[in-house]
Amino acid sequence: MRAMKDGRPASGQMFSVATSGGGSRAALAAAAAILIMLAALPAFAARNLIQDLIFLFYMLALAQCWNLLAGFSGLISVGQQAFVGLGGYMLFALTLFAGLDPLLAIPLAGVVCATFALPTALIVFRLRGAYFAIGTWVVAEVYRLVFAQFKGLGGGTGTSLAPSVTSTVFGIEWVKALFDVRTPAARDIISYWGALVLMAGTLVFVYAVLRSRRGLALGAIRDQEAAAAGLGVDIYRTKRAVYVAAAAMTGMIGALIYLQKARISPDAAFSVLDWTAYVIFIVVIGGIGTMEGPVIGAIIFYLLQRYLADFGAWYLILLGTLAIAVMLFAPRGLWGFVAERFRVTLFPTRRRLVIGADEVKGG
Amino acid sequence: MALLETCNLQAFYGDFQALYGIDTRLEAGETIAIIGANGAGKSTFLKAVAGLVRRPAASVLFDRQPIGALSAADVVKLGIALVPEGRRLFPSLSVEENLLIGGHGRKLGGPWTLDRVYSLFPILKERRSQAAPTLSGGQQQMAAIGRALMSNPRVLLCDEISLGLAPIIIADIYATLPRIKAEGTSVVLVEQDIAQAIKVSDRVYCFQEGRLSLVGRPRELTREQIHDAYFGS
Amino acid sequence: MTGALDAVIQGVLLGGLYALFAAGLSLIFGVMRLVNLAHGDLIVLAAFVILVVAEKLGLDPFAAVLVAAPILFAIGFVLQHVLLNRTLGRDLLPPLLVTFGLSIIIQNGLLQLFSADSERLRSGAIETASIALGGGIAIGVVPLLTLLSAVAVIVILNLIFYRTPLGRAFRATSDDPEVAQLMGIDHNRIFATAMGLAFVVIAIAALYLGLRANFDPTIGPARLLYAFEAVIIGGLGSFWGTLAGGIVLGLAQTIGARIDPEWQILSGHLAFLAVLAIRPRGLFPRALD
Repeated sequence: MRAMKDGRPASGQMFSVATSGGGSRAALAAAAAILIMLAALPAFAARNLIQDLIFLFYMLALAQCWNLLAGFSGLISVGQQAFVGLGGYMLFALTLFAGLDPLLAIPLAGVVCATFALPTALIVFRLRGAYFAIGTWVVAEVYRLVFAQFKGLGGGTGTSLAPSVTSTVFGIEWVKALFDVRTPAARDIISYWGALVLMAGTLVFVYAVLRSRRGLALGAIRDQEAAAAGLGVDIYRTKRAVYVAAAAMTGMIGALIYLQKARISPDAAFSVLDWTAYVIFIVVIGGIGTMEGPVIGAIIFYLLQRYLADFGAWYLILLGTLAIAVMLFAPRGLWGFVAERFRVTLFPTRRRLVIGADEVKGG
Repeated sequence: MALLETCNLQAFYGDFQALYGIDTRLEAGETIAIIGANGAGKSTFLKAVAGLVRRPAASVLFDRQPIGALSAADVVKLGIALVPEGRRLFPSLSVEENLLIGGHGRKLGGPWTLDRVYSLFPILKERRSQAAPTLSGGQQQMAAIGRALMSNPRVLLCDEISLGLAPIIIADIYATLPRIKAEGTSVVLVEQDIAQAIKVSDRVYCFQEGRLSLVGRPRELTREQIHDAYFGS
Repeated sequence: MTGALDAVIQGVLLGGLYALFAAGLSLIFGVMRLVNLAHGDLIVLAAFVILVVAEKLGLDPFAAVLVAAPILFAIGFVLQHVLLNRTLGRDLLPPLLVTFGLSIIIQNGLLQLFSADSERLRSGAIETASIALGGGIAIGVVPLLTLLSAVAVIVILNLIFYRTPLGRAFRATSDDPEVAQLMGIDHNRIFATAMGLAFVVIAIAALYLGLRANFDPTIGPARLLYAFEAVIIGGLGSFWGTLAGGIVLGLAQTIGARIDPEWQILSGHLAFLAVLAIRPRGLFPRALD
């Protein structure tokens, strides 16, 4: 890539806007290959690894949703646990009361979350910037306190998913026969595939949004609301659409998380630490506003969680300190640091201005 | 001996260089004018002197001492006050509070007190308890000048004080300059209104795209020279 | 009837506590547009500081707060000068995330130092003393002192903001930090002073938090939410608004609790959302923020 010296094109050159370079097509092919390998992994991996990867996948999926909100749309929410918990509770309600198959309940939980996100948006969108953040937190608290009132779902202490529900999930007999495993392992494999699908789906969705016309609008909103308004971007509707879509995805992930955990309580399902603080940590450490950052962040978080979580309070103090240090000294995260140094992007979402044969970074 | 001097002054906004080596000098008691087209770097020059824009430490000398490393808050305490472009009064403060805050960090004794500023701009005394945004443009400009005077500056930097004002108001404001100078204050004017600036100044500096394109005494400069320095030849 | 009147009185008194929570948050936002997600945890931290001072020096909490306040002022000043000033700018994310990280650090640091056990500030007979108003209604002395302190704090903050050079510098810096520098105001210092002042308000809030009920390291975030709700209900930009907002929140919680004890917190949140839905700029808006 050759950068132009003074940024002023000579007359007569052709302009176009491009988002992908040659390297990213190779990255896309590599991503597809990794996906196929991961799908086939249960054939040889131990159950521990499968369980760890479920955790990694759903944390990454949650992180990518939050990244779409905060990193790309300027909607800094600390209340996404509202939709993790709502999705989880919907899974329990739909399987326990309506007798639905859990795999069907997951997308339905997404629909319910989207339905709840609309009126929620109506209220929290009246708050701007930092106040929006605390407003979303209040809403999550309301959800938690309301679900603590439902005696049918265990009230404040929570409830468990009956084994009859989890062990009859669609496809379990087939998995048992295919991999020659017992019911609990087969259940994990199905959750694993579910987590893989949701993770990949979230990545593809966020990528598609960012490369769409709407994605361009998002960039404008994040950078300057007034400028976006000047461009005729309907800020409110675009933000609301992003908020609702992120809620739907977060809800589906929440449903999957609680299918895997098979036990739910209001305090755990609507935990700000588990479903928002950790998620923010992942995005910030990895690099907010990039597709690649949360992937790196999730892997780092998984390793920290695996090896240091036993230190309890000290572990959390470390996470908080790391996040503050990154925010102060490398605000674009690890990926931002790497990308700046080596000038690479695997999943380009920022548009660059292409002038003739020369490429310059769009400003 | 120069009171204020810039030597090879360079200024940057991030990667963008706004000034390329500006040499100027202001003697005690003088008024100098900086003219030039939009974007020539005039305002940046004042901000660099006042400390709002990062600049090399030795590129600004005040009383022969380098002040380029000082913050804006410290520069004003030495005796250099800026009247910023667009007045920029504090909207939630009253007129009087705006004047009082001008003397916030004042270390220097000197001629300017609230009463003296009110006698220079009597209208401000009438409007003293009003909120600043309720003043007219001309009154706001007077308040902004008064606010800067409250720090008892030895150098007053004025950024576009005639911008957007009616000619009669401009004349009123310029009529106060001799009284300000009489108190021992030297003045640097950045002006779009060339005729006005030339009339009151001892020397004229013309900027073009961040570089000095012309220096001279007003009487010695021809219209053609100024035109060329302004727009490029 | 007596029950309803009692609920209203207790709700108003509880509102005094929430106003104290809110005043510090409002002060910080007013001066430097900083929304401090660690505010609740700082109140809890201050309660522990008062507890330690009271125990180590054998002081009554009311005396201990006088010792703790300057310490907390210094902590706030340094925190702002060293850490938080670096996060201020056009981007909203750094201050939010840094204070969020701070919240987690403070919570877990307190857990590590003091364990998860509940603590309480002990001040002898005054804790349970009350004034009988007749008709079966009584006012607790501590709740009454809380409300009176909230009023006093707001009066003093208003005096500082509107009658002193420091307050003038606060307001000017809040209006336009760049031009404030041209007035010789070191905005980093002004922000640090404002945070120090907020920490003194936090110390007073912490005194009553610890006298009225048990506290432990995990209760901070809920206090942040109450403080925030009181600020928004009252309307941004006025200290008296935080008192009004605190009282509305206190009333909603107390009345909700009378219907069903489990609804206390939920009622407060719902009252907040209702105000937001009906009057998004709060009940008594002042500034055009």
